[in-house]
Amino acid sequence: MKKAIITVVGRDCVGIIAKVCTYLADSNINILDISQTIVGGYFNMMMVVDVAETAKNFDTVSTELAEVGTSIGCVIRIQLEDIFDMMHRI
Amino acid sequence: MISRKEILETNQMIEKENLDVRTITMGISLLDCIDSDLTKLCANIHRKIVNLAGNLVATGDEIGREYGIPVVNKRISVTPIAIVGAAACKTEDDFVVIAEELDRTAKEVGVNFLGGYSAVVAKGMTTADKLLMRSIPKALAKTERVCSSVNVGSTRTGIDMDAVRIMGEVIRRTAENTKDADSIGCAKLVVFCNAPDDNPFMAGAFHGVTEADAVINVGVSGPGVVKKALESVRGESFEILCETIKKTAFKITRVGQLVAKRASEMLGVPFGIVDLSLAPTPAVGDSVAEILQEIGLEYPGAPGTTAALALLNDQVKKGGVMASSYVGGLSGAFIPVSEDQGMIDAVNAGCLTLEKLEAMTCVCSVGLDMIAIPGDTSASTISGIIADEMAIGMVNQKTTAVRLIPVIGKGVGEQAEFGGLLGYAPIMPVNRFDCSAFVSREGRIPAPIHSFKN
Repeated sequence: MKKAIITVVGRDCVGIIAKVCTYLADSNINILDISQTIVGGYFNMMMVVDVAETAKNFDTVSTELAEVGTSIGCVIRIQLEDIFDMMHRI
Repeated sequence: MISRKEILETNQMIEKENLDVRTITMGISLLDCIDSDLTKLCANIHRKIVNLAGNLVATGDEIGREYGIPVVNKRISVTPIAIVGAAACKTEDDFVVIAEELDRTAKEVGVNFLGGYSAVVAKGMTTADKLLMRSIPKALAKTERVCSSVNVGSTRTGIDMDAVRIMGEVIRRTAENTKDADSIGCAKLVVFCNAPDDNPFMAGAFHGVTEADAVINVGVSGPGVVKKALESVRGESFEILCETIKKTAFKITRVGQLVAKRASEMLGVPFGIVDLSLAPTPAVGDSVAEILQEIGLEYPGAPGTTAALALLNDQVKKGGVMASSYVGGLSGAFIPVSEDQGMIDAVNAGCLTLEKLEAMTCVCSVGLDMIAIPGDTSASTISGIIADEMAIGMVNQKTTAVRLIPVIGKGVGEQAEFGGLLGYAPIMPVNRFDCSAFVSREGRIPAPIHSFKN
């Protein structure tokens, strides 16, 4: 398993989760956890995913997710989980 | 499981507070390139650097994308060229040929700086050391990406005052050779006492002879993150202030450790050290001066500045050493003037003087850094300033450095523009009284009594 964190931030609209999840399913990326809130009209989602099984390299996934984001007016980032683990866990 | 709050905190640091990995620096030993034939030597140097560092820039960028954190600079440090070129170089111009080869190679592999056009003198200079030092003005004028440094003293051996005198002249000549660009050559030239062998930060990086064949050193930075964290503890006690700095330094350094390990794996080069320095840039919110202000000073330079900086430097180290087993380089707070908007503001407000900066260097990680002085400052005055700074390093068993820029054709009240990461600097007044009789004495200052620890 190779865990990564996806963050989606942007103005709320219909189908954000659907779009992101469709892309992940098409890319064979498994979703392990999702949490989502709306703060002041802004959509804010975090996902923990497993990128071990995808045939795409990390760079491609990152670029394509950013493009999905642009198409729905959100900023989507994907980062390997290690950076959060290292910073917040001893 | 990582919480939403933690994810937000990390990304906030990167996006809003300028947290970045300032540099991945590959240290490369050129000892096995040595040849008495200059052409062969240059070919060997080129081959070795390209072989080891050909993928450095692409790897750095890839790591940046994986973790979503900018890896700002990818750089190379090499064995001091005074050693590497000793057998082949008979003249100053021979050394300049090596500098030009290094510059071409740096451009070929795509790194923005290559450090190690250096001589490590402490007690005495070899013929090659002298030739290299005298070649620096020409080498820095003819190259773009080569950085130079000269160590002139140490706690163990004292200060070579002959080298100090030469470096005063070398800095002046370097300034004159690059006077069309506000004497920018001097921004790539550092004079050290107790220079570390594993420093990843330019312009003083070189790959010491105590190091392995190749090594990855990483410098992290995040003055903006510390500043932001301190905003939440305004008016609190020193204990809480120190705890906050330590925790923040820990988090920043852990990112450096992660990136260093990953770069080491990907490049197949051993991991050396993480340098946990707070290195400012001219960008707003990326300033060590602003941290000092947040601690409670109107401007850096006000009474209390040395104490505040001592506290900051110590807490950064305490937090950082917990985060990585191999901490090295300069590690601490940098106080360059031109690269820190808050420092520039303090100078312009009349709060920060050269003398106060000298006091601050007693308790921070480097020295008089990126300070523009009037273009008519004499070589002996520059040597006097260097000698003072080296004495601080020698007696306090710490690294000190001098990077002064006598801006030819400009005086106090004017401004030097360097551009990019190097920023701009108001020209600061220098004490005009004479020290030439002191500087022209020959020989060296003996090692201090506390160096005898055997």
